[in-house]
Parts: sequence; C-alpha cells; structure tokens
Amino acid sequence: MLRLEARPEPSRAMVMLTPIIAVIATMIAGGILFAFLGNNPFTAIRIIFWDPLFNDMVASYTRPQLLVKAAPLILMAIGLSFGFRANVWNIGAEGQFIMGAVIGGGTALALYPLESPLVFPLIIIMGGLGGFLWAMIPAILKIRFNANEILVSLMLVYVAAQFLAAMVTGPMKSPVGMGFPVSRNFNEYQSAFNAELLSNTGLHFGVLVMMAVVIVGYIFLTRHIFGFQIRVSGQSARASKFAGVNPHTTVALCLGISGALAGLAGLFEVTGPAGKLSTNFPLGYGFTAIIVAFLGRLHPIGILLAGLLMALTYIGGELAQFQMSIPAAAIQVFQGMLLFFLLGVDILVNFRLRWDSKSKEAH
Amino acid sequence: MTPLLHLSGLTKAYPGVVANDNVGFEIAPGEVHALLGENGAGKSTLVKMIYGLVRPDSGEMRLHGQVFAPHEPREARASGVAMVFQHFSLFEALSVAENIALGMDDAPETDALSDEIRSVSKKYGLTLDPDRMVGDLSAGERQRVEIVRCLLQNPKLLVMDEPTSVLTPQEVDVLFETLRRLRDEGTSILYISHKLEEIRTICDNATILRLGKVVGTCVPAEETSRTMAEMMVGTELKSPTKRPYKPGRVLLDVKNLQLPSKDPFGTSLRDVSFSLHAGEVLGVAGVAGNGQDELLLALSGEELTEDAAITLKGIAIGSKGPNHRRLQGLLAAPEERLGHAAAPDMSLTENALLTGHARQRLTNKGFVKWQATENFARAIIQRFDVRTPGASHAAKSLSGGNLQKFVIGREIMQRPDVLVVNQPTWGVDASAAAFIREALLELAEQGAGVLVISQDLDELMEISDTFAVLAEGRLSRVRSASGVTIEEIGLLMGGTEVDHAAA
Repeated sequence: MLRLEARPEPSRAMVMLTPIIAVIATMIAGGILFAFLGNNPFTAIRIIFWDPLFNDMVASYTRPQLLVKAAPLILMAIGLSFGFRANVWNIGAEGQFIMGAVIGGGTALALYPLESPLVFPLIIIMGGLGGFLWAMIPAILKIRFNANEILVSLMLVYVAAQFLAAMVTGPMKSPVGMGFPVSRNFNEYQSAFNAELLSNTGLHFGVLVMMAVVIVGYIFLTRHIFGFQIRVSGQSARASKFAGVNPHTTVALCLGISGALAGLAGLFEVTGPAGKLSTNFPLGYGFTAIIVAFLGRLHPIGILLAGLLMALTYIGGELAQFQMSIPAAAIQVFQGMLLFFLLGVDILVNFRLRWDSKSKEAH
Repeated sequence: MTPLLHLSGLTKAYPGVVANDNVGFEIAPGEVHALLGENGAGKSTLVKMIYGLVRPDSGEMRLHGQVFAPHEPREARASGVAMVFQHFSLFEALSVAENIALGMDDAPETDALSDEIRSVSKKYGLTLDPDRMVGDLSAGERQRVEIVRCLLQNPKLLVMDEPTSVLTPQEVDVLFETLRRLRDEGTSILYISHKLEEIRTICDNATILRLGKVVGTCVPAEETSRTMAEMMVGTELKSPTKRPYKPGRVLLDVKNLQLPSKDPFGTSLRDVSFSLHAGEVLGVAGVAGNGQDELLLALSGEELTEDAAITLKGIAIGSKGPNHRRLQGLLAAPEERLGHAAAPDMSLTENALLTGHARQRLTNKGFVKWQATENFARAIIQRFDVRTPGASHAAKSLSGGNLQKFVIGREIMQRPDVLVVNQPTWGVDASAAAFIREALLELAEQGAGVLVISQDLDELMEISDTFAVLAEGRLSRVRSASGVTIEEIGLLMGGTEVDHAAA
C-alpha cells in the first residue's frame, strides 16, 4: 500500500523538483486532453513548448513575444509572492493592473500632445501609484476592520474593470476612434510610448524594470531583515509578533508593493504592447501571475523562470489554436492544470511516499 | 492470574529512529503501572499502539490473554481501553454533557447522559456539573470531563498521559483519590509521568524506557526519586547548587499592570505589581490559564500597556515593542516553543536571527549578516549542548528538549539584564531540564534578574529566591521562597473544591 509519511523537515531537493514534476504531469494530462479533442497530443505539446522558440517558420514573430508576455507576469508575481509568503492574499492584481493602466495611461492622455522627456517618468509614477492606491483599499479595510483581503481585492477587480469601461466610453474615449470604446493609440504619442528598445527582441522599458525587480526582490528576500520578517509572518503570526514585527505594517507593505508592481505592469502594457486602453485590455495577467508566483516557489529567480514558461504556454497555446484549432478554453484548462499539479505534488516537500507491503498490515 | 495486558516484542520504527525496540511488560488487573522515560524515550508511541492510533511493526499485545491488535481507537475503546490525553480535546463553547456525547461512540440522550455523568462523578469524587460550559471550567475540571468521558465506557484499562501537569496540588490529591477507587474496583491504570514523586505515591510498579528500550522495572515505593531518575536518564544527575541570595538593585519594576484579554476565554491581568532585583530568581506559580501567557506577552512587549506600568532600570517601557525592550536588556522566552518562540520550518540560524538581530547587531542597515548570525546560532548550539546535525536544520526537526535548550540559550547568550521565561522545562526530559535550570541560576548569579513562570512547583522550589502565585490574573504578594509549604501555595492558587473532594 502506498502511503505518505511526514518528513522530519522540508526537503530542499523537492522544492526544486516539484515544479518540474508538475510541468511533466501537465504535459501528460494535457496531452490526454488534446487527444480526446481529436488532436495528436505529441504535435500539440511540441507546438506549445517547442515551436514558439525554435521553429523557424514562426519563431521570428513568437520569440520576441516571450519577453512581452513574461514581463507583466513576472513583475506582478514578484509583488504577489511577498504577500503570499506573509499570508497576505492579494488576489486582485488584475484590478491593480487595470488601475495602473487607467491612471498612468489617463495621465498621458491628459498631457497629450505635450512632448517632453518628463512625460514617461511621470506616467510610470502615476501607474505605480494607481495600483498602489487600489491595493490600499483592501489593506486599510483589513487593518481597520479585519475584512478578508482575498474577497475585497478580488471584488475590486470587477470594480476596476467597470471603471475602465466607463473611462474608455467617456472621458478617455479617442476623438479619432470613430466612436469605438477605445482610447487614443499611445504609439501616436512619442513621449508616452513604451517602445521596443531593440528591434525584434520584445525588450521594452518594462522588461528592464522587471529584471531590476527580480534582482532587488531576490536581495530583499534573502539578505534583508524585511524579507526575513515577511517569511516569519507567513510561518507563524505569534512568532512574528515575538520577533517584533507589526502585523499591520506587514499587511500594508505586502499589499502596497504588489499593488504598485501590478500598476507598473499595467502601465507598461497599455503604453506598449497593448497600445491603447479598451474594454478588451484586461487579459487575465493578474490572475495568471498567481500561478506564476506559486510555480516559481514564491522565489524571485523561480518566478523569473516560471514567468517565461507561462508566457511560452500563452504563445504556444495561441499557435496551437491557430494551427490545430484547439479551443482557447482547452489552453486555459492546460494552464490551470499546471497550478493544480503543482499544488498537488507540493505535498512531497513535507511528506515522502512509502511503499508498505500488505503482509505487515495483516496479522 | 492472567495479566490484563501483556505486551511482548513490540517494535515500531520511524524513518531515522526506532521509537520502540522490543518492548514488553505486563499489567495486572487492578494495578497502577507507571511508564517512565525521558522525552523521546518512546512512551507516547507505545501508548498510541495500545490505543490503536499507531500499529506496531512487529510484536504482540494480548488483552485478557486474547490477541489485541486495534486498528483504530474505536476498536481499543470497544475492548475496554480508554485514554486521557495530556492535551484536552474539548469544545469551549459547548457544555460538559455535549462534549462528552461528542467523544462517545454510542452516546445516549442528553438527559440520560447528564444523569449518568452526575452518578459517575459522584461515585468517583469528581465534582462536575454536566450543564456548565467547558469554557468556564478550570484546567482541572476540564480534565475531569475527559476522565468521566472515559469512565462512562467502563474501561478495563485507563491510560493517563501526564495527568497532573495542569493541576494544583489539591486537585492532584482529588485525582489520586479517584484513581485509587478505580484501582480498588479492578480497573488497571497505565500512568505516564515525569513527576517521580507522584509515581512513588500512586503507582504499584514501574517500567522504565530509554531510547525505545525497556531499561528497567521497579517498585516505585521502594525507590527514591533520584534512583528512578538515574535509571531514566542513564547517568547521574547533577542538581543545581543554590547560592545565598543577596538582592541587588531593582531592575524591573511593574506597577498596577492591567491587560484586558482579547480572547474571550483568556485571562485579563489585574493590578499586577512586583519588583525584580539583580541576582534574583522570582518564581511565579499558578495553574495554566490564570494569566501566565498574558504576563509573558505584557513583559516581552508583544502586548503593549501604559508606559509607566513597566519600568526597566528606571526607564518606562510599557508602550514599547519587543525589539526596543531587547535593546534595553529585557528578554523573554515564551512557553510555546514551536510557533511562538521559534518558527517551525526555519533553520536554527534563522531562528537565532528571530530574537537576536537587534541586540546582537546581526543586521547592517537592514541587511542580514548571515555569517555572523550562523556563528551566533552555532555558539548557542555548542554552549547549550543542543543535539542537532547543524544550524541549517529546521527548528521543528529538533526534539522538544533540544529546541527548548536552543530557545533559552538564545536569550541567555544575549546577556539580558532581565529574562522572563514561561514554563522553561515543560515537556523536557530530566537532563535537559536540569541543564536549563542550572543555566537560569548561573544567569542570576551573574547579576541578571530572572522571572520564571512555571506550573511545576518542584522546579520553582528548586531555583527560586522569591515566590509569588498568579491566580485569575492577579499576582499574590512576593515572598521569600524558603519555608513556603505546598499547602500554602495550593491555597493561593485557589479554584480547588477541597471540601467536595473529601465527600
């Protein structure tokens, strides 16, 4: 009989291995799913994981997309990971992403057509501030009234989406958009446009910020007392209080940081790859970032890798839709499986599998 | 005569440790049998096998001469084995009768059950009102709920795990009276305890475990506590030598400390006042749940009070947090090792940082000096003889005694002016306990003030210079520890229904 046995302490090898096991399990289960849909599972898996990077026919287009898709995911996941480590559950990064785009992008639209080197830094600050303030709502409600931040931050996603819709059908609607609910296109506004810095790489300013955040995040988590306090808070509320950590400060910091980073991600997205505010702007990056955070083990370097992997499944998933007519929903199920399997095999960090012969059990 | 329970060759191995190795002994009907051993000696594994919670790898148990191999506690109970755990599993917001019904396999109607509870509690001298809420009961009364729950099922063997750790001396007497009555009716009792005096008082025979093996049996009445302890530990014990106490200057002054409890079943501190001097060990006795946790939190800085309520070396610090107090020289070690004093999944190095970073200067502009932190952790491990393969291992991988040595050592190594400890040797084996007490005395000798909150009176008598009792959130007058009698202390603790017990 197979049975689970508690390990005396968490296995470090398993912390590294479980994401890999989860990816393999997802490939297998996803392959079965695709086979049921009438597709060749091996081709589907190859198209999702291999073709976007190495197939010469498509790679010139898909390779740069990798950084474009991964940057917002990683930026947001790093912010979320701090909170998740401290048991502060910001599920509303999507809303903060939208608010960053609306406030930062809105500032740019208000300044149009003023050309100045100060415009881009200003809208970056406003974007970060938009996400930060949106995340402060659940933070303050949590601190003041002990309201559950999971529910409040999640509900605020839908409020943010409505706010975005109101803006693009109202004050931010493009005067040259022929009545469609979209804003002016940012590539028409030199000072605010988040352009590709090296052609055909997907590298924009947001990618640089993301890389900086990975490094700073890594240093804070492993070398700074703040990262330590966050980790203690997640393990035991009593121990962290004993260590002198103020739980309210932790809540405010975790939500604030993740909100600001989500806001930045939204701003870089709207002024660059997306190009304009519209009701189609939210793509669920804020939710996918939750998967990325866990897949990356809440560790900045892991998140960097997980973000790239998740971006790959997005791009490869689109390719598979395009080339094999696999439904978009099946691709989303595939991405969901990744989190499902990761959380499932996670138990191996604290437990080991043991095979018991039946004879011992029976007397 | 057939023994009631006969164990032979019981072996149970966990990864990396053989918890029970070829253990065998027997218990006669109507015998009170002690199971003695240090922490980690394998007592609880053995008891779990008897109660059906764990299955042995090999070996045999016989009950009334029949093979006995319970798969689950329900089966053990059906065969007449009942157990009172050290930690109660009771719902505070339910009544006594409701709690008992929840723990029974075939509970009768509430009214009938209440009558049964009354008759059983009367018969065995265990005063208990079935309609009261468990949240309102003292620890001793809660234990009675557990015992009555067992007795309602007419057990042939009653297993008791450290039953007296939460009781006042008078409550212990009541419990022993009950156990004697049960014994006289032919019920056997397997009694697990660290407290050797108790075992000498109540037990007919004792089996001693060390490192999973039976290392001896004895008739406790014919032994001294010291000889039994030595059998248990395997070496000679060194008892702390107490030096004459010369009070120094006042280090910690607490005046009219009030702390309303936030927990509905917690205890508020009311008007607590005392002074702690350099070189003094002040022992605070009391039964669990009388404000011990709250007193520690108020002193450690986890709960804040009015500034003037707590003065350290002449500076008011009542409104200052833990790290401020640490810098000023007031350190604390709470009772709960895992999850309060230490973060379970963090390494010992990280746990050294937990309280050490302020006073030991383990950070530079907020950046952790990991090498210095690891050196600090290593120094604690070395000086306090913490048995672990290294500082990189998780706190939860250590045995209770070793983690406690680490936790106490971490504070002592920071050279506090005042150290507050709650239950410093709770659930710790005899040799580690002796080591910790010695270290606390040494700290006081070097001029620090030490406040020891403990439920273990023998411990307090052994190390305290001065003495007070905490009952219902109030602290008694502080008096000299010499010449205090157990009876006086018991009366100060209060809450015991001495007259009912005699009925």
